[in-house]
Amino acid sequence: MIEIQDIKKSFNDKEVLKGVSATFEDGKCNLIIGSSGTGKSVLLKNIVGLIQPDSGKILYDNRDFTSGDKKDQSEIRREIGMLFQGSALFDSKTVEQNIMFPLDVLTDMSKEEKIERVNFCLDRVGMANVNNKMPAEISGGMKKRVGIARAIVNKPNYLFCDEPNSGLDPQTSMVIDELIKEITDEYGITTVVVTHDMNSVIEIGQKVIFLYKGLKLWEGSNKDITHSGVKELDDFVFANRMMKEFR
Amino acid sequence: MKSLGKFLIFAGQLFVRRESFKTYVSLVIDECIKVGYNSLFIVTIVSVFMGAVVTVQTAYNLVSPFIPDYVISLVVRDMTVLELSPTIIAIVYAGKVGSNIAGELGTMRITEQIDALEVMGINSTSYLVLPKIIASVLMYPMLVVMSGFLCIYGGYLTSIATGIISGHDYIYGIRYEFIEFNITFALIKAFVFALLVASISAYKGYFTTGGALEVGKSSTAAVTNSCIAILLADYLLAQLLLG
Ligand SMILES: Nc1ncnc2c1ncn2[C@@H]1O[C@H](COP(=O)(O)OP(=O)(O)OP(=O)(O)O)[C@@H](O)[C@H]1O
Ligand SMILES: [Mg+2]
Repeated sequence: MIEIQDIKKSFNDKEVLKGVSATFEDGKCNLIIGSSGTGKSVLLKNIVGLIQPDSGKILYDNRDFTSGDKKDQSEIRREIGMLFQGSALFDSKTVEQNIMFPLDVLTDMSKEEKIERVNFCLDRVGMANVNNKMPAEISGGMKKRVGIARAIVNKPNYLFCDEPNSGLDPQTSMVIDELIKEITDEYGITTVVVTHDMNSVIEIGQKVIFLYKGLKLWEGSNKDITHSGVKELDDFVFANRMMKEFR
Repeated sequence: MKSLGKFLIFAGQLFVRRESFKTYVSLVIDECIKVGYNSLFIVTIVSVFMGAVVTVQTAYNLVSPFIPDYVISLVVRDMTVLELSPTIIAIVYAGKVGSNIAGELGTMRITEQIDALEVMGINSTSYLVLPKIIASVLMYPMLVVMSGFLCIYGGYLTSIATGIISGHDYIYGIRYEFIEFNITFALIKAFVFALLVASISAYKGYFTTGGALEVGKSSTAAVTNSCIAILLADYLLAQLLLG
């Protein structure tokens, strides 16, 4: 379980996060939703430690990630896997080297063990036999899968995904969503997904947190999201729904 | 001033929380190939032609019955060792290696590859930048030495081909009143320039924000700033060590 308490963050006098508290539960897909520019990515970057919050606490299973203790931090970091919006594969490395990279730097596994683990992960995301391709040679959807494989290769306890289906067609988006959900269920990890895609919310949103202008306005599950009674959330949900029906 | 402070913090970051020594060795070797081996071609071309041109032009300026022929090659030698090889090649090097470093790091930044490293708990500054700087200070002095030979050799070839001075006189001039410290001076310059080009370009690339357009801008800024820094350092070193 990840607990965040009263996270605040400003950039040059611009208050982006105005005190956000939430919990992300084990073995569930926890979604952070909200319209563009509300601070979803900033919140996620705070949680994984890419940005230091101005104030507030982040607890990973009661271990304080914000205490400044380097040893605790690197321990927690080892348990984090992250899928980036643009996949962020290292473009000078092959698919196999990309996925193996966390094992290279974080573990002392033997070469054989590493290759076995890499192949297992590639297989798990449905991408067997692309080991020697370069990232530039595979499609966006395939990159996302490789990104997921890299994120789970070191058996993380926490998985973070920033807009896993941006830039993908609806069908591929769905496949990626399913994959994230399956992996979460299978390994019982705590997954946090940032998205503004209502399809994902309906599909995998076991727990949903709605951000609006740097504040958490609502939380609940995808079942309750259509009758939350929060105006801003209704606007967000039905804007999307209307678009869908319109088509 | 603010960016100087940021630059110093960046430089300090290079030496904290390192990965294993073995990782660095392999990274440095990779970078040496990129920085050194891949620059061989351009450095060769530039050096040989530089030597040829300098020989012809020096000969053109020294047409006097009172000046012996070997003075031409003596001038070529001193110009090459003191200025042409370390400094002019440094400008070429900034154009090739500097833009390459800034482009690579800038792209890694905007495509979140640097963030990906950080999330894995790797100090991206020392992991990405330190090997480049080490490779640069290892390889560039070697390039300068090579360039010096090629430049003087280019002059030799021109002399023979055009008959400006005889091969014998050229060699005599090359060896006449040779000052060993000049070589040391050239190597000190090479070391400083290599450090400047790699660190300035890395700094520019590493702090790229935005998109592809900004990566292009960082690359250009890396080259212009490196060139200015090279020329400033060139003057300071000359003043300090020769003045
Ligand atoms: N490094 C930064 N420096 C200054 N401002 C920033 C920085 N990062 C984000 N911001 C600002 O914070 C606000 C929230 O940005 P954020 O990227 O979190 O939005 P988002 O909710 O993820 O939107 P989207 O759905 O479009 O990705 C934006 O107004 C942005 O300009
Ligand atoms: Mg975002």
